[in-house]
This record gives sequence, structure tokens and C-alpha cells, in this order.
Amino acid sequence: MQTQELDQIIAKYHNKKGSLIPLMQEAQRLEGFLSRETMQYLADHTGVAVADIYGVATFYSMFRLRPQGKHTIRVCKGTACHVSGANALIKGLRDYLKLESDQDTSEDGIFTVMEVACLGCCSLAPVIMIDDATYGTLNADLLPAILEKYTF
Amino acid sequence: MAQFQIKVGLASCGFAAGAGEVYTAIEKLLAEQPSIPAKLTQAGCIGLCFQEPLVELSGEGMETITYGKMTAENITPFILAYAEGKPLNENKVLASASEGTENKNFQSQTRIVLRNCGVIDPESIDASIAQHGYEALKKVLTTMTPLQVIDEVQQSGIRGRGGAGFPTGLKWKFAHDAKGDKKYIICNADEGDPGAFMDKSILEGDPHSVVEGMIIGAYAIGADEGYVYCRAEYPLAIKRLIKAIAQAEEKGYLGENIMDTGFRFELHIKEGAGAFVCGEETALMASIEGKRGMPNIRPPFPAQSGLWGKPTNINNVETWANIPWIINNGSAAYAAYGTEKAKGTKAFALAGKIRNSGVIEVPMGMSLRDVIYKVGGGMKTEKPFKAVQMGGPSGGCIPESLIDTVVDYDSINKTGAIMGSGGMVVMDTGTCMVDIAKFFLNFTQNESCGKCTFCRVGTKRMLEILTRITQGKGKMEDLDTLMLLAENIHKTSLCGLGQTAPNPVLTTLKYFRDEYVAHIVDKRCPAGACEALIRYEIDPEKCVGCTACARKCPVKCISGTVKQPHVIDQEACIKCGACYQTCKFDAIRKG
Repeated sequence: MQTQELDQIIAKYHNKKGSLIPLMQEAQRLEGFLSRETMQYLADHTGVAVADIYGVATFYSMFRLRPQGKHTIRVCKGTACHVSGANALIKGLRDYLKLESDQDTSEDGIFTVMEVACLGCCSLAPVIMIDDATYGTLNADLLPAILEKYTF
Repeated sequence: MAQFQIKVGLASCGFAAGAGEVYTAIEKLLAEQPSIPAKLTQAGCIGLCFQEPLVELSGEGMETITYGKMTAENITPFILAYAEGKPLNENKVLASASEGTENKNFQSQTRIVLRNCGVIDPESIDASIAQHGYEALKKVLTTMTPLQVIDEVQQSGIRGRGGAGFPTGLKWKFAHDAKGDKKYIICNADEGDPGAFMDKSILEGDPHSVVEGMIIGAYAIGADEGYVYCRAEYPLAIKRLIKAIAQAEEKGYLGENIMDTGFRFELHIKEGAGAFVCGEETALMASIEGKRGMPNIRPPFPAQSGLWGKPTNINNVETWANIPWIINNGSAAYAAYGTEKAKGTKAFALAGKIRNSGVIEVPMGMSLRDVIYKVGGGMKTEKPFKAVQMGGPSGGCIPESLIDTVVDYDSINKTGAIMGSGGMVVMDTGTCMVDIAKFFLNFTQNESCGKCTFCRVGTKRMLEILTRITQGKGKMEDLDTLMLLAENIHKTSLCGLGQTAPNPVLTTLKYFRDEYVAHIVDKRCPAGACEALIRYEIDPEKCVGCTACARKCPVKCISGTVKQPHVIDQEACIKCGACYQTCKFDAIRKG
């Protein structure tokens, strides 16, 4: 846990109304997820009950409670992607990364797969986003060449 | 060589298609060949997403031409030819004096809210000002009273573009009349409906019109603070909004003493954290306050008691972006478009099996047929049109028989779908309607905040039933149970998410009941989409015994000798479809 950085973030939002979510978003950026210890630390130093912090963390899909891979792959599950073969794409991706059904981060810790509601690039369906880069009109066969770029 | 401009469409759809590389390639070309008298700029999305990356070339006394499907490799000859005054004819999408493939599509639109999208550099306030940006703000602050502004908006007849269609002017009036020393303005940019990306296009293409609309709204209702609540899945939109707000502050359009009139207003951005229900206004406000985004009982309405208990007015991105145009051009000019009860225009996101997927804007009252076939260019696949899904998870599927329905709130409601925020996902006969209903129920079930029992548990039960049906394990009684659950969820949910969650099931049951029956009674998926019900069979007449399919089969369930017809073992088949895709002789039937 990076207590010094956390202290800075807490100080930045001190006494600002409605700041719990942005505070947690910034805290998450430090390690890529919110550990139990981090949430406890935030609670101890902000006066917000740890139950409230945990409640917010589990309500919003952007908060992660487990360590994440180096790169996040967001697979769009919007309507347009669904009718254009998103399910086959997800299956292909999970097979390629050898993910078990309850697993979302690859063994080597490089990729975390997230299914998201809609990335809003419907004209390029099916779409995935790796970190901030979007890849469109995909099929499972095109994935290896794209993922290889991130392996190093 | 005469001076000319090069404009590259750099919205997220463009970036995904490779526009960033095209921009860099042009930059490099211009650096290497300084004799080319061109100025390179960026723009947002003009809406022709299916032709991305798009590059527009224009110059004094020259034809303005937009080229589609440009790449870093193919762009150079287009620029060189244009520089020599002999523009190429290939890949011509839009052209001001000659034939462009999308000229007709574009001419059949009426672009008010999208007026600047793809036209101006969204990261430059001066580009916005050159297109009359912030003129409406000046007019409002220096010549109109708040009530005159509200009256103008009311006269225009504009209704909330987020989907519910509440008259915007009336909403403003309520917030104006509410007593309170502190009031808030909110822009709902939590565009969560899967298949909708109009608001994203506006924020990425013309953020200043949203900022200007909000300042005008703040003046009208008497607010001095505002928030844009934008979903985190839109990083580029957030980046451009931040820039737009900073530029507006610098010019003195935000902050203290705006345009020397004594009016003050500050605007913040709140990044969402991923919860669909936050599109609902009371949930959205809870989220801004830093809480779990759960809806509250109305009344009190936000106009009386909203953010932190203060009078608050919420409108969505598209509504705000219309305001400056209405003020500049007058309410009568806006009301001249549309139908009696739905004035003006509406932006739609076309997606799915449609040729011209992208963002378009048409007057209210255009028929779905014209939207899909005239503006949208018809079907992308060879399979015929089956239905159009409108309104996302709260909406429904409108069948072919109702394709002459016109787009306005009341006509769409009559079909059982809703206008919604403007997503239109077109489906062909390869789409299974039971699967689509299941898809949306899966979505609402996931996104239900859990506050109301029927929404939390009922959507789960509906999803289980639909899953069973798509696996061929359904019973006819299931259809009655679905109806009963739908009715109860609708009646007992607090917010729009739950109240409308059954709509996708209700509309598909209404228009495509025979498909449900085929799944239940015949154990067959007519569209060939439900995996568990698909059968792959080899036609012995067509099979030449090449063994390609047997070699590709991951579970080795295809047997046969070389040059003899092969057979699939149905018990062992996992329905992956690999054989179907491999066969070059069209010998494998899917059904």
C-alpha cells in the first residue's frame, strides 16, 4: 500500500463535497485495484465508514477488488456487437488467454478481460478496447496479432 | 498551387479505424514536402462512421471533397492530386460540386444539433466562435430576462432528448420557480443504452455547444454551479470537455462576472464509475454526491429538491446542444421542423446490420423506412430486414410490418418500444428475437441496483426462463409466467430501469411469438442463432469427401473416408461451427 500517495489524494479531496468516488478512482489508479487494506486506510483517514466505501466499490463496475493485469481488455457487449458476433469473440479471447470460467486475469498477469456494456463504437462492431486503444470489426482469428503487440 | 485545408476526422470511431495514423502520415508528408500549401486540422465525427477514416480537403475556389477509407499508406496521392488541382475520384464520399457516394444520405438529413460535428476542430474555442459559438450566450445575457429565455425554449417545443420526452421549457420553468438560494444545473452524459452513441459524438465533435447550452440554462433557472456527469467509458469525450471548459473559463464565459454582466457560473465534470442506473436522474445525483447510484422516490422532483437537496435541473447532452441554435435562430425556426407534438430534429445512432452505420440527424416525423433505407442506405447483409430495436434495454423491437411508423415520441410508444435516447439497432433474419430479449434481460438484470424486489429478483427469473427457452428446455406455460412477471416488475419498480425492463420481452412476444413457440415446441431456432438448438448436417449429395471439416473439428466427431460423404456425430458435436466455416463445397447445412 502506498500510504504517502494515499495521504496526498486524501488531502486533495479534504472537505470537498461529493468527493468519495473521485477519491476512490484516484486511489485505485495507484495499484490498479482497491485492496482491503487500501479501503480500510481510506476509511480511517477520511472518517467515512469502511462499509460505505466497500458499498460504493462493489456498486460501480469500474472499481476492482482483485489485482489487475498489466493491460485491460474491455470487450464490448453492446447490442450492435451482440448481433455481430461478440459472444464468439469473447470465447475466442478467453480461449486464447487460457482463462478458466471464474478467472479474468491471464496467468502471466499481462491481460485482464472485462465485459463492458457499450463502448459506443457500434459502427465498428464487434469492438474491443485494450487500455485506451480501440480495435473494431474483429473476429477471433484477428486477436493473436493484436494481443502480441502488448505481450512485451 | 493554392492554399488548401486538410481535415481529419478524429473522434473515437475514427481513431478505432486508424485515423490517428492517417493524421500522423499527413503531418509527416507536409513536413517532408513543405511546398504543399496545406494546413492540417482535426475535426470530430461527421457521422459517416462506416467510411472512417475520413479526410476532407477544401480550398478557395476548389471543390470540397471528403474521402473515405483513407489509410496511412493510401492518403498521399489524394493530397498530391488535390494540391495540383486535379482531385482524384476514387473513395469520394462527400463532394460539394460532383458526385460523392454519400451525398444523398447527407442531403436527406437536417443537421441542427450535429451542425458542427465533423466540421470544426472540437478542441478550439475559436473554431466554435467562428461558427457562431457563444453568440447565443451573449444575446441571452445582454438582451433577455431569464423568463424570456424559458419562454423561447418553451415556444420551440423541444422535448427532452434523453428519451422520456418531457418538455424542456416546462422543466426549466419548474426549476426557475422553485425557491432556493442555491440551484444546480446538470448535463446527463451517462449515455448507457447499448447501441447509442449520439451524445458521445456531440461531446467529441462539438463540446462547446453543450457548455454554452448549460450556461444559458443556468442563467434561465438561476443556477451558479453545474456538473457534467459523463460515463468513464468515453475518455476522449471527457478530455475534450475538460479542454472546452478551460477555454471557456479563459475567455470569461465561465466563472465570475460572465461577459461583464455580473452573472456567475462554474462548471465541473464528474466522471461516472460504471453503473447504467446512473442515467436515471435521481440515481445520477446520488452518484455525484458520492453515494451508491440508487434512485429515490419522486416527488420531490429534482426541480424542488435535487442535488444536495437544492433545486436542480437535469437535461441530456443532445438537449443542451440544441439550446444555442434555438436562441440564435429563434423558436419558430426550430418548431418549423417536426410534427405537431414533437418539434425539431432528433439525432440517431444507426448500428447493427445497416449499411451506413453512424450518427445521423433527421426531422421528427420521418418514417422508420426512410431513416433506414434513405439515410441509412438499407441493409448491410444479403438477409432481409427483420426488426429495428429502439430505446435500448427500455425499448423494444419494431417489426417489418410497422416500418412506416414515423419517429416521434407518441408513435414509437404505440408500438411498445420507446424513442429512447436515439439508438437504432437494425436486425436481419439472422437475428433471433428470443436471444435479443435474453440479451437485454441479461443487461437489466446485471444493472439493476437491487433496491426494488421485483426488479432485482423478477428480472433474474425472466432471464432464467428466457435462457431455458433458448436452450430448447422451455414450456408453453413459461410465456404466461413471463407476462405475469413483466406486469409486476413494471408496476412495482421505482425507476425507469425497472419499469421498462420488461419491454424487450413484451415487444418480441407481441410481434414474434411464433419464434418463441418454435423454440419451445419444435426445439428449433428459426434464425439459426441459438447455439444449443443448432444442428450441423452434411449433405451427402454435395460432400466430396475432402476431409477438410474432419481435420478442423475440435472434438473429432466427423467421420468418413476420403472421397466419400462424411457424417457428423450429433451426440458428440459441440456446435462450434468450425466445419460449417471450413467447407468450400457448401455441403454443411446449419439449421
